Amino acid sequence: MAHEHALGGHEGQVGHDAHEHHGPPSGIMRWITTTNHKDIGSMYLWFSFIMFLVGGAMAMVIRAELFQPGLQIVSPEFFNQMITLHALIMVFGAIMPAFVGFSNWMIPLMIGASDMAFARMNNWSFWILPVASFLLILSMFVPGGAAGTGWTMYPPLSIQMGMGMDLAIFGIHLLGMSSIMGGINIITTILNMRAPGMTLMKMPMFCWTWLITAFLLIASMPVLAGAVTMLLTDRHFGTSFFNAAGGGDPVLFQHIFWFFGHPEVYIIALPAFGVISQVIPTFSRKPIFGYASMVYAIAAIAIISFFVWAHHMYVTGIPLTGQLYFMYATMIIAVPTGVKVFNWVATMWKGSLSFETPMLFALGFLFMFTLGGFSGLVLSLTAVDVMLQETYYVIAHFHYVMVAGALFSAYAGAYYWLPKWTGYMYDETLGKIHFWLSLIFFNMTFFVQHFLGLAGMPRRVPDYALQFTEFNQISTIGAFGLGISQLLFLYIVLKARKGGKKATAEVWDGAQGLEWTVPSPAPYHTFETPPVFEGHGKH
Amino acid sequence: MKVSMKKFASLAGVAASGIGSLFGSTNAWADFQLNMHEPVTEAGRRAYELHNDISLICLAIFIVVFGILAYSLIKHRKSKGHKAADFHEHLGIEIAWTVIPSIILVLIAIPATKTLVHMRDTSEPAITIKATGYQWKWGYDYLKGEGEGIKFLSVQATPKEQIHNQADKAHNYMMTVDNPLVVPVNAKVRILTTANDVIHAWAVPAFAVKQDAVPGFIRDTWFKADKEGTYNGQCSELCGKDHGYMPIVVKVVSAAEYSNWVGEQKKKAAAGDDPAKTWTLDEAMARGEKVYNANCASCHQANGQGIPGTFPPLDGAKIAKAAAQKGNHIGTVLHGRPGTAMAAFGAQLSDTEIATVITYERNAWSNKTGEVIQPADVKAAR
Amino acid sequence: MSQPASHYFVPQPSHWPIFGSAALLLMANGAVLWMNHIGAGPYLLAAGFCVLLTMLFGWFANVIRESEGGAYGKNVDTSFRWGMSWFIFSEVMFFAAFFGALFYIRVLSVPDLAHGLNAEYLYQSFTSAWPSAGPGFKGEFEHMGAWGLPAINTALLLSSGVTLTWAHHALIKNNRLHLNIGLALTILLGLIFLGLQAEEYSHAYSELNLKLTTGGYGSTFFMLTGFHGFHVCLGATMLIVILIRCLKGHFTPEHHFGFEGVAWYWHFVDVVWLLLFVLVYWL
Ligand code: HEA
Ligand code: HEA
Ligand code: HEC
Ligand code: CUA
Ligand SMILES: [Cu+2]
Repeated sequence: MAHEHALGGHEGQVGHDAHEHHGPPSGIMRWITTTNHKDIGSMYLWFSFIMFLVGGAMAMVIRAELFQPGLQIVSPEFFNQMITLHALIMVFGAIMPAFVGFSNWMIPLMIGASDMAFARMNNWSFWILPVASFLLILSMFVPGGAAGTGWTMYPPLSIQMGMGMDLAIFGIHLLGMSSIMGGINIITTILNMRAPGMTLMKMPMFCWTWLITAFLLIASMPVLAGAVTMLLTDRHFGTSFFNAAGGGDPVLFQHIFWFFGHPEVYIIALPAFGVISQVIPTFSRKPIFGYASMVYAIAAIAIISFFVWAHHMYVTGIPLTGQLYFMYATMIIAVPTGVKVFNWVATMWKGSLSFETPMLFALGFLFMFTLGGFSGLVLSLTAVDVMLQETYYVIAHFHYVMVAGALFSAYAGAYYWLPKWTGYMYDETLGKIHFWLSLIFFNMTFFVQHFLGLAGMPRRVPDYALQFTEFNQISTIGAFGLGISQLLFLYIVLKARKGGKKATAEVWDGAQGLEWTVPSPAPYHTFETPPVFEGHGKH
Repeated sequence: MKVSMKKFASLAGVAASGIGSLFGSTNAWADFQLNMHEPVTEAGRRAYELHNDISLICLAIFIVVFGILAYSLIKHRKSKGHKAADFHEHLGIEIAWTVIPSIILVLIAIPATKTLVHMRDTSEPAITIKATGYQWKWGYDYLKGEGEGIKFLSVQATPKEQIHNQADKAHNYMMTVDNPLVVPVNAKVRILTTANDVIHAWAVPAFAVKQDAVPGFIRDTWFKADKEGTYNGQCSELCGKDHGYMPIVVKVVSAAEYSNWVGEQKKKAAAGDDPAKTWTLDEAMARGEKVYNANCASCHQANGQGIPGTFPPLDGAKIAKAAAQKGNHIGTVLHGRPGTAMAAFGAQLSDTEIATVITYERNAWSNKTGEVIQPADVKAAR
Repeated sequence: MSQPASHYFVPQPSHWPIFGSAALLLMANGAVLWMNHIGAGPYLLAAGFCVLLTMLFGWFANVIRESEGGAYGKNVDTSFRWGMSWFIFSEVMFFAAFFGALFYIRVLSVPDLAHGLNAEYLYQSFTSAWPSAGPGFKGEFEHMGAWGLPAINTALLLSSGVTLTWAHHALIKNNRLHLNIGLALTILLGLIFLGLQAEEYSHAYSELNLKLTTGGYGSTFFMLTGFHGFHVCLGATMLIVILIRCLKGHFTPEHHFGFEGVAWYWHFVDVVWLLLFVLVYWL
């Protein structure tokens, strides 16, 4: 701890609160003022889980209404508000912050840094999130209610909305600010704060995925901010970006939105890939296969993701050449994604496999994500998409990649690192039950939605023709099962925080990397002196 | 239309055959609809085939990849004492699994391109119809070909009681409209789509047609149905509150039947309202109520109370009560309120319809003004 | 700078971020209320703005204190460089959205409205030409030519880039007088630019009938130049802070990232203007 004293020498100049260095302030102030990446990571994770429950509760409203044809629980306009908020909260409030939480907690540990590059800004990135979600949730209670536009907010419908729309717009601005600051922080941390010896090509794969995700965030969130800013001025200040009478075009919004929106889905997917790339080698007790090609594949996915956006707009009337170009470009993404899938399989091949909960979730991810990828490929074919666009097939597609994909991966990560965070092993039996319940109910909820979509059931409707009844009932029952199973996770985490089997520093016998060299739970300050990294497999 | 299943009993069977049935066009589960509609157009059949083919390809890849994985998961377990090998790269195989998928993709892209080119060829239609999306109904204008000049609105006809579960749902629940679109079989019909307020989308799965209707722009699509029958679709772009209640019903009939229908429509149009007529209060109220319920009640509600915060009430509203507001009232309905959901009805509704609906609003509920607005007043305000 | 090379400065817990969040909360709610014509709006907005200013003062004071106290080693300096670069990149992407909108409206949607099906059925008399306020625009307007004020403004901003570079060189050579003069000149040029921009706007509104509501042309013109002008304001404010710090004797020839970061930002704003000049005014 010699450095603390080295710093102590500067106390006078450094700031009035420097004397508090030896421990965090206690109580609520610790969390509000903290600059510690572990505290901030924990806050992100808790916040994201709470938002997941809120967004999930909204999904339950949606599914309950769809249990039967006819209107029974909510009015159509409230239904529309629910789908909007469900999506915005899940995407921006639950899944993204979960992975930012992992990155905060683990990246400094993985690369041997003492903290994030901009520790104070890190605090702000987090504390903007509650404000943004407050705005989103507040919008339900203003006259006219929340935006009933879907998370895509297409004008002119979004021009018609009341002040709930404005709250959503500012909420999105703030979410964007938070993400950009978070992205800058992560990218800088990874580029500048690696321990000596940790070259880029020796970094854990999770850091690679975040490096590139951070780039995606910085490149795409400002574009979304621009889009909603134009929406705001069209709404209130008489501009005509999205109004044909003034020479604008409603479809322009869709171009800008999806220019953000498609990279956004990889912002969700890439860190999920990163977690999987940590978990699978550990439980295969074998280094990851094709490290370099994994890195190139991530980079390729990220770059291509900026050139495929209009596959969400095949039926808006873009010209044939445009449709063809976007179809080809979209199909290409299957190749680097395939490389990743194959590499994971090859990593397990001839490994020494064991199936603890994180591994189960990783395998669930692998199966389900690939399935979702395939349905994405089906959708990428314009001629087929014409039949499936705006149907439940699309809903099924993206819940496969985002729930069984990203969410399962987040669970894999949470179980994987929980012992490092709490110092205790979680209850393995309960973890496995959580996995199997989630897997079964997930498929019950969403697999049947493929059939609904193929049969032509539109999405974003509160009511439907009788032919769709049975599958909707199955789906709703599955959704409630899925929802209740998630409460089990809460219980498991709370239990592991209280105590249980002590975790060792290494936790998993196959685990490699610097994060497993510090004690469990990880001390408040780690790597204040950078460790020297000598490559994996040598402890 | 396939009949949906009645019992949950066969659920297990479905689950078991789930993947298989999804990807193939099996008929073993005819009770369920597991695949797309049987298309009745060439483009539809091609897209349907394309979907089946690519689904099978994906299934094959899935089986190969996860077959290998399954083998590994069973054989290479730690619990069976398997020791981890140490390899972690192999250039040859990495190239192979980059190149092979690329080739597969090219093979998929070829039929996909051909189908799409066919789908987009809207040239030389026999009939051209403009479909205009309104919140929340469709307007059809026969622009060219047999039937030119026919024009009508198509509103969902499912009774409110069925929607609110106060009456049993009919078998075609949700999928009924007052005036379906009628087209002849085996004729190339070109649909121009546009919208009056927000984006809607005109979609009929059996024709493999889906085209956004963007306000201020005209887009086009086409179909040539080769089987007579009634085909359903729904508005496929979120367009606000009643997006779910905006069905599309297309009747494909024989050429002779079509000619008949055209004749009838022309007769009906000729017997239309006389714009010079002077309406009495009772007549106007009766007519106006119909217009109101078809066009206004979805927002302002049948009881005139609106929906607080979203749609203003008309019952007791100054604009519908004060004599001095009459001009404003007519103007609002004719020209709408830009930037709000209140659309300009001037283009959709005739002078008579607007006059009677305004009369209705000024006399219904508690607004007993006793005023009668005449078509001539509306005409003057246009 | 007596830090061991390996040590990375981690700031103490700070209450400034939560001030920032509170400011954003107030400002967002204030703006929403204001835009919906609800009385409290402007007050909330103003209150939020005050909190934001307090936070900025406090936070930057902290940073400056730490910096002058020598807490930031070489490593931290590199972090700042990365951070600023990526921040500017995010700004580039923000402007890209608006340039994209300009491109789309000008090259795609306006011609599209005047051709094909749209011309046939909707806008028979609309012809495609830029500048355009769209088929629904009633009345006349004139567009903003490039060779009056905008050209002068271009010259101003370009010279401000030169004076800033001059100041930077002076700083490196430890010539404090030239540094201060260069900075002051830069700020002056920036402020004149803003004045002329305001003049141009009032000219547009009062004489050209060119307004924010003048269709696609008005929208893109004012939003692009407006956001640029806003960035010039920010840049000028930051330069003023830097000038004050220079006058106080901050920065050394080796250690002056605060100065450089602001200079990067200023150059970025410059480049955006060049694009604006070419794409919005000239072509
Ligand atoms: C995590 C999020 C995520 C991910 C990773 C993806 C991945 C993909 N998505 Fe998806 N998508 C969404 C989230 C995501 N998507 C969302 C949220 C929407 C809807 C938004 C809205 O409208 O609200 C959407 C909608 C959407 C559409 C528009 C549908 C419509 O509205 O009509 C399309 C169309 O092309 C599409 C395609 C794809 C493709 C081709 C991929 C590819 O990346 C998939 C690649 C993966 C594989 C193909 C599997 C593995 C590969 C192999 C095993 C190799 C061998 C394979 C072959 C050679 C075939 N997606
Ligand atoms: C990553 C993002 C994400 C996640 C995790 C989810 C999770 C779920 N989603 Fe969501 N969804 C989207 C992103 C996501 N979704 C998007 C982008 C859309 C498109 C919206 C649009 O059209 O604009 C959408 C739309 C969408 C629809 C279509 C709506 C429509 O078009 O009409 C449906 C319907 O079934 C649905 C269902 C579900 C379900 C059942 C879950 C389940 O996985 C959720 C399970 C979790 C829980 C249920 C929480 C558990 C907690 C409790 C049960 C306790 C209760 C708690 C409290 C009271 C606080 N989602
Ligand atoms: C899609 C929804 C919708 C439909 C359909 C609709 N309106 Fe409206 N109407 C509105 C909204 C929203 C407003 C409020 C506009 C505003 O904020 O100025 C409004 C306002 C009005 C007003 C002015 C009320 C006032 O107090 O200022 C009148 C009158 C009116 N509508 C009549 C009609 C008539 C007549 C019809 C049918 C022919 C109709 N509306 C159909 C949404 C609708
Ligand atoms: Cu019209 Cu949806
Ligand atoms: Cu996409």
